[in-house]
Amino acid sequence: MNAPRRALNISVLRFNPRDPDSTPRLQTYGLEEADGMTLFIALNEIREKQDPSLQFDFVCRAGICGSCAMLINGKPGLACRTLTKLLGPEITLAPLPGFELIADLSVNTGKWMRAMSERLRTWVHATERDLDLRRMEEPMDPDLAERIYELDRCIECGCCFAACGTARMRPDFVGAVGLNKIARFRLDPRDSRSDDEWYEIVGSDDGIFGCMSLLGCHDVCPKSLPLQIQIAFIRRRMAAMGLS
Amino acid sequence: MRVVHSDVLVIGGGLAGLRVAIAARERGFSARVLSLVPAKRSHSAAAQGGMQASLANVFKGQGDNEDVHFEDTVRGSDWGADQEVVRMFVNTAPKAVRQLAAWGVPWSRVRKGEREVVINGQKVKLMERPEAHGLIGQRDFGGTKKWRTCFVSDGTGHAMLYAMGDRAIAEQIPVSERVEALALIHDGSRCHGAVVRDLITGELCAHLAKATCIATGGAGRLYRVTTNAVINEGIGHALVMETGVARLGNMEAVQFHPTAIFPAGILVTEGCRGDGGLLLDGSGHRFMPDYEPEKKELASRDVVSRRMEEHIRAGKGAQSRFGEHLWLDITLLGRAHIEKNLREVKEICQYFLGIDPAQEWIAVRPAQHYTMGGVRTRHTGESPWLKGLFAAGEAACWDMHGFNRLGGNSVAETVVAGMIVGEYIADFCADPGNDATVPMNLVRECLEREQAKLDHLLKGGSEDANELRARMQQVMTARVGIFRTGSDLEQAVRELEELLVRSRNIGVRCRSPGANPELVTAYRTQKMIKLALTVACGALARTESRGAHFREDHPRRNDRDWLKRTLAVWKHDDDTLPALEYEALDVSRMELPPGWRGYGAKDYVDHPETPIRRAEIEAIRSRLAGADRFALQAALMPYEHLLPPRFHGRNERIEEKL
Ligand SMILES: Cc1cc2nc3c(=O)[nH]c(=O)nc-3n(C[C@H](O)[C@H](O)[C@H](O)COP(=O)(O)OP(=O)(O)OC[C@H]3O[C@@H](n4cnc5c(N)ncnc54)[C@H](O)[C@@H]3O)c2cc1C
Repeated sequence: MNAPRRALNISVLRFNPRDPDSTPRLQTYGLEEADGMTLFIALNEIREKQDPSLQFDFVCRAGICGSCAMLINGKPGLACRTLTKLLGPEITLAPLPGFELIADLSVNTGKWMRAMSERLRTWVHATERDLDLRRMEEPMDPDLAERIYELDRCIECGCCFAACGTARMRPDFVGAVGLNKIARFRLDPRDSRSDDEWYEIVGSDDGIFGCMSLLGCHDVCPKSLPLQIQIAFIRRRMAAMGLS
Repeated sequence: MRVVHSDVLVIGGGLAGLRVAIAARERGFSARVLSLVPAKRSHSAAAQGGMQASLANVFKGQGDNEDVHFEDTVRGSDWGADQEVVRMFVNTAPKAVRQLAAWGVPWSRVRKGEREVVINGQKVKLMERPEAHGLIGQRDFGGTKKWRTCFVSDGTGHAMLYAMGDRAIAEQIPVSERVEALALIHDGSRCHGAVVRDLITGELCAHLAKATCIATGGAGRLYRVTTNAVINEGIGHALVMETGVARLGNMEAVQFHPTAIFPAGILVTEGCRGDGGLLLDGSGHRFMPDYEPEKKELASRDVVSRRMEEHIRAGKGAQSRFGEHLWLDITLLGRAHIEKNLREVKEICQYFLGIDPAQEWIAVRPAQHYTMGGVRTRHTGESPWLKGLFAAGEAACWDMHGFNRLGGNSVAETVVAGMIVGEYIADFCADPGNDATVPMNLVRECLEREQAKLDHLLKGGSEDANELRARMQQVMTARVGIFRTGSDLEQAVRELEELLVRSRNIGVRCRSPGANPELVTAYRTQKMIKLALTVACGALARTESRGAHFREDHPRRNDRDWLKRTLAVWKHDDDTLPALEYEALDVSRMELPPGWRGYGAKDYVDHPETPIRRAEIEAIRSRLAGADRFALQAALMPYEHLLPPRFHGRNERIEEKL
């Protein structure tokens, strides 16, 4: 029952670009594993007991808000719901690439996501603006509502973008997160935009034609969104638009 | 001195804050939202189960309307709620759901025909009407007579917040992310904005506005075990209390949710029980019907949480190496249902407990969940003490929930309050009588004072903020929790007061003036201890039991002495306790005078006015016999004049065409 507790070594890639004395370096913290320990618990313990300057982001600590994406042993993932017992005793953590570094494990995904939303105009473009709120709602096919929700589950954590080959070469690439949004709003009958308009938005190499189908995104998505199918589908539609 | 101007400054980028900003923007005012984190990462995203609105689309929702929703909410509040505000709310909630539908929320929809559901542990077949096909569906939740909770699988808050966040982007509303309001700028009677710290650079600046709105969410982190996010620390509450003039209401009213996974405290939604899940004890016995034969697992949260703890105390819990807990069994709902309607629950069980809830029981125990108390406001959302200061959402107390909020009523409140308070804020801004010139020396003083406090912490005292905070959380969980007694509370107040004094001597080891997580912990801990004291003092003073506030030494609800709201304020910076005052609720104007809730304890002490008001209501009812429900309601307690005109009007339903 009471197996000896493992000693963990957590190495964190540290760098604070705002501090002129800071240079990127790997810093290793040793700690004893506890029952049910997640990286959320481990990092907080390190900060409380060993190094108050260590920076990282957690909000919901339940895998819902998307704040804590980082490279865990080189692979993008949500730290809050990663149990240490599923990892070896040597753990390496690094900030998510592709986003502005704030410091250590903290990156500015929020700023990137807002810019992406503004660029792709990720909101329902309704034909009718002044809804009579006293009236019953428009019916929607129950299956369609479920399909929209399936794509709406994206938590903008940035894992897909961090795992994306195109993003390394094209900094303005919208990433799987952006393409999934296009798929989501395109599916939504409340959005009045036509394929012409979608083409204007993503019919370029920074949009759908930039994707090299390496599909790193699909494998790392913490919400298991069907990114592969959605990207292929949008590409076919947009390629057809380009030809016509 | 860096100064940013807007018409409306909204502190908080969750559902409530974003909706307020959108309302102001739609009326042509500039609005700026401040948030500790990217707006879409606010804790609203974590709401799972759903949003109450009496649409009455599903079979088990037929006959639902504003009147039923009103009664459920007032009973749920244990008569602590402001009934006029509840009326405003229930009439606007259907409008809010429908507007969100138009903004893109993929609400789960009704499918016509037969379907199988689990009710009271039994499989039951229901027939959904063809005319309801494709309309927004509802599920069952605790403390409600009808199925009223609209939902998006169990990612309701996420879907709502994303639609709202995108709407705010569409309206080009600037959101300052990773900033924190540290103090309100005011002259004792008029609020002018806030001192705001950039959490990346550490710089302070002043945000000045005609109207300032607090929408900072809950304060769950006052407790050790909570379902709340790590950013729900009650800083917004503290800012208001520290003005020394604006008051907080009912801070002792703290909700504990029955089903947080054990021991991590992460929530699994009430939808689990609403959809038919059962609570079992250590020996696998379904115990809730023994205590609550009427509502069983679906009594209100305060009642279910207490019954669970009572059962554990009776030695009936399940044992684990972390301590005792109970079980939530949703296996009877079947895998297909779980994978469609409870998928977040499934993920949480998988990642944090390593179990498959379609096959195994979930270890649960009640945990702090919701802050009923908050910034006390009028029905317009404005503080009666500080002109230009408004509040909405979980941080506010306009007082819709009284001493216990119903599941699904909170996300509904955030949006409804955002709509209503947003309109009132726009009215406020439109009135030239509210123009104010901001004295710049006041702004400078505020900035300098806040900077001096930070410098003091950076100079370094001898106390460790983490240690004080952990102790505070422990005291709150152990002594100001589900069961409270006078002696425990006295000890809690004493200990918190000591922690407060010590917190004035906190020092930080990391001296970086920029982003400095230790510094953040330090100044927040100082504020949190004050807030914890407010909860504990309110609970100690209130010698009765009402809703979630349960005193073992005063187990009865006492309307005669306690049908009143606690108001708290921190008069002077060097005080070590808050000042408490009370505001009576007026029984003679209630549409639903106090009585038995329909679940929980049956005995209470009546208010002397209650029988008089009951007789009055009887007389009105018999005078209006045969009149429709709207006429009757208007005669009992008119409220429509309190709503902004654009939200007037009845709500259409299948059975109630306009
Ligand atoms: C796990 C969980 C599940 C829930 N499920 C449901 C449900 O199914 N149905 C339901 O009705 N309710 C539910 N609730 C309750 C409901 O989600 C919340 O009450 C509601 O979302 C709060 O919204 P809000 O806009 O008031 O605050 P929040 O969404 O918490 O937003 C607060 C905002 O304030 C900002 N902020 C805070 N302090 C500062 C500061 N000092 N300076 C600047 N910004 C600041 C934050 O960054 C954030 O943007 C649930 C709650 C939890 C914890």
